[in-house]
Amino acid sequence: MSDSVIRIERLYKEYVTDAGTVPVLRDVAVTVLSGEFVAIMGPSGSGKSTFMNILGCLDVATSGDYFLNDRDVNRLNRDELALLRNQVIGFVFQGFNLLPRANLEDNVALPLIYRGIGRAERLAHANEMLEKVGLGKYSRSRPNQISGGQQQRVAIARALVNQPKLLLADEPTGNLDTHTSKEIMALFTELNQRDGITIVLITHEPDIAAYAKRLVRLADGRVIYDGPVEHAADGHLEPTS
Amino acid sequence: MILAMLSEAWMAMWANRLRTILTMLGMVIGVGAVILMLAVGQGAQQQVQASIASMGSNLFIILSGSTTSGGVRMGGGATPTLTVADAQALEELSSVVAVAPSSPGTAQLVYGPNNWSTQIVGTTPSFLQVRDWRLAAGTPFTDSDIRSATRVALLGQTVAQNLFGDEDPVEKTIRIKNSPYVVLGVLAAKGQSLDGRDQDDTVLVPVTTAQRKLFGTQFAGTVRFIMAQAESAEAMPRVEKSINELLRQRHRIREGADSDFGVRNLTAMANTAAETAQVMSLMLGAIASISLLVGGIGIMNIMLVSVTERTREIGIRMAIGARGRDILLQFLLEAIIISVIGCLIGVLLGVGGALAVSKLSGMAVVVTVSSIIMAFAVAAAVGIFFGWYPARKASLLRPIDALRFQ
Ligand SMILES: Nc1ncnc2c1ncn2[C@@H]1O[C@H](COP(=O)(O)OP(=O)(O)OP(=O)(O)O)[C@@H](O)[C@H]1O
Ligand SMILES: [Mg+2]
Repeated sequence: MSDSVIRIERLYKEYVTDAGTVPVLRDVAVTVLSGEFVAIMGPSGSGKSTFMNILGCLDVATSGDYFLNDRDVNRLNRDELALLRNQVIGFVFQGFNLLPRANLEDNVALPLIYRGIGRAERLAHANEMLEKVGLGKYSRSRPNQISGGQQQRVAIARALVNQPKLLLADEPTGNLDTHTSKEIMALFTELNQRDGITIVLITHEPDIAAYAKRLVRLADGRVIYDGPVEHAADGHLEPTS
Repeated sequence: MILAMLSEAWMAMWANRLRTILTMLGMVIGVGAVILMLAVGQGAQQQVQASIASMGSNLFIILSGSTTSGGVRMGGGATPTLTVADAQALEELSSVVAVAPSSPGTAQLVYGPNNWSTQIVGTTPSFLQVRDWRLAAGTPFTDSDIRSATRVALLGQTVAQNLFGDEDPVEKTIRIKNSPYVVLGVLAAKGQSLDGRDQDDTVLVPVTTAQRKLFGTQFAGTVRFIMAQAESAEAMPRVEKSINELLRQRHRIREGADSDFGVRNLTAMANTAAETAQVMSLMLGAIASISLLVGGIGIMNIMLVSVTERTREIGIRMAIGARGRDILLQFLLEAIIISVIGCLIGVLLGVGGALAVSKLSGMAVVVTVSSIIMAFAVAAAVGIFFGWYPARKASLLRPIDALRFQ
């Protein structure tokens, strides 16, 4: 048993379109250890989101190995994958993806429904999480009644409510202004350092990537850099879009 | 888990109230129509059965007048060929329990200031047995009344009501065609006959009285028709045959010539009527079921739209750990809730409608528990059946496709 959360080898992904098959990821190999904070950068269309969706068990690779917590994801069925998404992975989207009709506590409590937890306990957990992201007093508001930054905090609270080991975020600050982005990143840093949650996030902003400790850079579906963020001098932190 | 799913389903339905209500309406109308139609159909059926029961069992009616190969010609207006003596002869046949000759006519009845015009039937005491007709009060007339053609009468309920109101008619004297008649008794209520006549609007008098004193015909001793009761349903074909033989012989009808009377099996006719009523009841139910089906298709349609519209939501739910079966359950529950609530309202409307129909038109309606249970079961089945496909479609989406859906 290694302490790697993610171990990916020889990962290929191609999309079949009307125009033929489009290779998007080619021979990607990445290992993420428990407690790491990894930023993924790369030009638009380089395959970052595709990679992230595979990491989050939302999509499957065309070929290659993916071990999550040492479990071979390729061998799991739909229900087992759902269980992983529910309990091991927390996913944060650029567009927040909250349910507009549900209030904040119900949104945050949603993952707990699929664990079969009773309503009172669900709401208690949800409010605890909202408290943690600084939105305790908004629990009865609806997503459209709060700001984008606050919505992203709610999404993070939802991602965390099942105490996942791994937090995946696809451009979590992409829709937010600089100030709000910094607040969100401070939250990520705290989750990583204090709670030891492994974080992988995609960003276009060097400032955001700088919060991470490790940088993986993709270009045209290949890993072209994998190393410490400090080595920004060699140009890997230049804006990519 | 189910509870959480129920509240989730409820929330989604509440968010689309108008659409939910319209979908429900399809179900409401379907179930309402089924309940109403079954109630009307069963009401008609029950009425027919009550009429049949009131007719008496294993009955033949023998009419004056010739039969033709094309069918039976009604005796009305035909030369009366049957006699009281024929009736007495028929009584001797084996397997015949009772025979009642019958000589009907109409006349005006007067009691004090009240008068009433009704059908008066001259007959014998066996009439009560043949028709299985009890007395509500008083006593029947007897064979000695027949012999001496006394002026006595038995009143049907309707006649008693109209002449006497709340007064007790027994032993009172009424006037029929200006002659005094003593009321011996009052017949029990029978209700409607198969052809919708009020059977209680009648008066019975001894057949001899009718012939000699009331309607004096030019053909002395004849009657319009004779009713005969067989001892059992099985005996009826045999009895029919011997009635024919006996009467042809008595009337001296040559081999091959047409009879001057007709024998009709009333019980067989009644059974046909009952079957017709049942078929009609089934037809009404079947027609109404079609609207239930249409309601079900409406549910399916809305659920399909709902699944497409909420594909992103499905993606989000899957991204945070919903399994296929959680999604399936969610959409299935929505369909079932819609159909069951629609069904509840439909039952209320159907029952209310049935009561309104019976109030307004006087039609008999019967709402049975079984028809309600059936409507419920069908509604739930329709919900599951038509909800299944869209729900399954939703549950089989790949998370990434659902999330990317715009
Ligand atoms: N469902 C799909 N079908 C076909 N091609 C796709 C599909 N999804 C992505 N692609 C293609 O795969 C490539 C990588 O897409 P991806 O979304 O992973 O890029 P990205 O690095 O996240 O870009 P961005 O920075 O703009 O978000 C693109 O060329 C895109 O056109
Ligand atoms: Mg992307």
